[in-house]
Amino acid sequence: MEDVRFEEGLKSCMNCGVCTAVCPAAEFYNYDPRQIVTIVQTRDEAEIERLLRSDTIWYCGECMSCRPRCPRGNTPAYVIQALRTLSQRTGLFVESEKGRQQLALKRTIGDNILRTGYCIVPRSVRPDLHPEQGPIWQWIVDNDTELYARFSDVYGKEGAGALRRVDDKTMDEIHRIFEVSGGKAFYDNIEKHSERKAREMGYDGADEEYMMATYTTNSDNHYEI
Amino acid sequence: MRRTSWQEYQKDIADDKYYYARSCIRQNFFPGSEKAFLDIMHNDLGIDIFDDPLHTSCTGIGYHSDIVPLETIMTVVARQFSLMADAGYEHFISSCITSFGIYNEILSTWEEFPETEERTRRYLKEATGRELVKPRSIAHTSDIMFHHRHAIARKAKRQLRNAFTGEPLRVVEHIGCHYAKIFPKSGIGGSEFPYVLAGMIEAWGGEVVDYPERRHCCGFGFRNYLVQANRGYSIANSHKKLESMAPYRPDFIVANCPGCAMFLDKWQYAIAEMEGTVYGADGHGIPVLTYEEMAGLVLGYDPWELGMQMHQVDVEPLLDKMGIEYDREAKYLGKNGKYIGKPDIAAVNCEEARSIYEIKR
Repeated sequence: MEDVRFEEGLKSCMNCGVCTAVCPAAEFYNYDPRQIVTIVQTRDEAEIERLLRSDTIWYCGECMSCRPRCPRGNTPAYVIQALRTLSQRTGLFVESEKGRQQLALKRTIGDNILRTGYCIVPRSVRPDLHPEQGPIWQWIVDNDTELYARFSDVYGKEGAGALRRVDDKTMDEIHRIFEVSGGKAFYDNIEKHSERKAREMGYDGADEEYMMATYTTNSDNHYEI
Repeated sequence: MRRTSWQEYQKDIADDKYYYARSCIRQNFFPGSEKAFLDIMHNDLGIDIFDDPLHTSCTGIGYHSDIVPLETIMTVVARQFSLMADAGYEHFISSCITSFGIYNEILSTWEEFPETEERTRRYLKEATGRELVKPRSIAHTSDIMFHHRHAIARKAKRQLRNAFTGEPLRVVEHIGCHYAKIFPKSGIGGSEFPYVLAGMIEAWGGEVVDYPERRHCCGFGFRNYLVQANRGYSIANSHKKLESMAPYRPDFIVANCPGCAMFLDKWQYAIAEMEGTVYGADGHGIPVLTYEEMAGLVLGYDPWELGMQMHQVDVEPLLDKMGIEYDREAKYLGKNGKYIGKPDIAAVNCEEARSIYEIKR
């Protein structure tokens, strides 16, 4: 697969491990970006395919802390982004617990973009799914129209201001961009492979129950050294 | 020899005539901050800034969750640039750190791989009929606030000082990973010499607190927060920062990135509820501000007009330290003073909350 992030992100790694030392994901998960870069650099296709099927490539938080610290100017997180794209294009993402979560991300953030023009809107951050947002967020969502009106004249309406409703012509342009540039096909592909995997796992397809399972399941097998 | 490498991390910032792009996270969680930014620029400083009703999300959260392909986000970004040119502007400023990183990444990729720019131009034309016009400059909105920090200081109604002792307030600053870790030379001070917020703090009378985990990520981690099963990653990283800064007893935290401001606020709540630990020296949470809120307080704006009631950690201890007069009863009112109820009290709040834990104050 051609992906400029493979080229930009990986020139010649000397395996020093600075990326792993500074990586927030490596502190939390059984995860070592140095090792991933090493595997990609060997061009061993069987090993790379194993990565595409694994939880490993889904641990990175894409904070990019690895990028400024690499003495060779590489960006392991770019390599991860390219691997994740490849894992989804080939359908292998559904073979891991963390990979299957792409369906939940597509159905939340992804569908929000095509529905509203934003990645999130207040009512999409549901307090029952976000207990960490605390009682303040529950109060904000319960009183959104009244509260946001303090800061925006156009909450949910057209015009300039915070959380304005994006007009239909603009939304048409965004939909067309997704169609022409492959974004829509990418979404559809996530749905297609999730549907296949859901049935294989005994669900009635990639329905709400399957999606919520991908959103909440944590096997707790991600932390051993 | 004294190191001077920080001097490499400066950037040219336009003085005026900005095209403003909003942030998904900031407008959701800190809508008062976006309003304050525009008000400060326009009303206090007399600057021309255009709030365009036609732009959309850059789709950056989708891109960094790996569901929006590179080709797609490039075309969405190209549309934003095209709107800027249509409106007659050349200086693009972004209210979001991740968008800022993405704009820089895309401009650099177009430079280095010209075929990607050609492809984007083709997609944009086919999808929208628009032409790509690249901006003359890209800045984050904090760069703009930094650029005008001395003008703000000249109009200041208050300083970042304890009104009773006269001592500078002790401020922890957090510039956010995507501000300068992707393109260090696009951020003031880069990722190693963070100065964009520090410059504001110093200009407005405060003192910057250095601490071991100053450059560590807040823990957003995109999929690591957005998917419920992964949130342990997010809270663990915020926890690491909070544990590291608490011994320095900061009066408040100020964050560059809207996501970081939200996470450092909300994870303090979650940690207090889960473990009974609070990090503020006064036995409550450490208030977490956006830089617009910090500037707004300095310029004499009302804290509730700035939207500071939307934080989970109460800001009143900070307001009291600064000697700010405010109406305690007006905190939770809706537009035109309408009573809309109050949120439940939590352990990080100033009023006593019922908790199964003994809070370690």
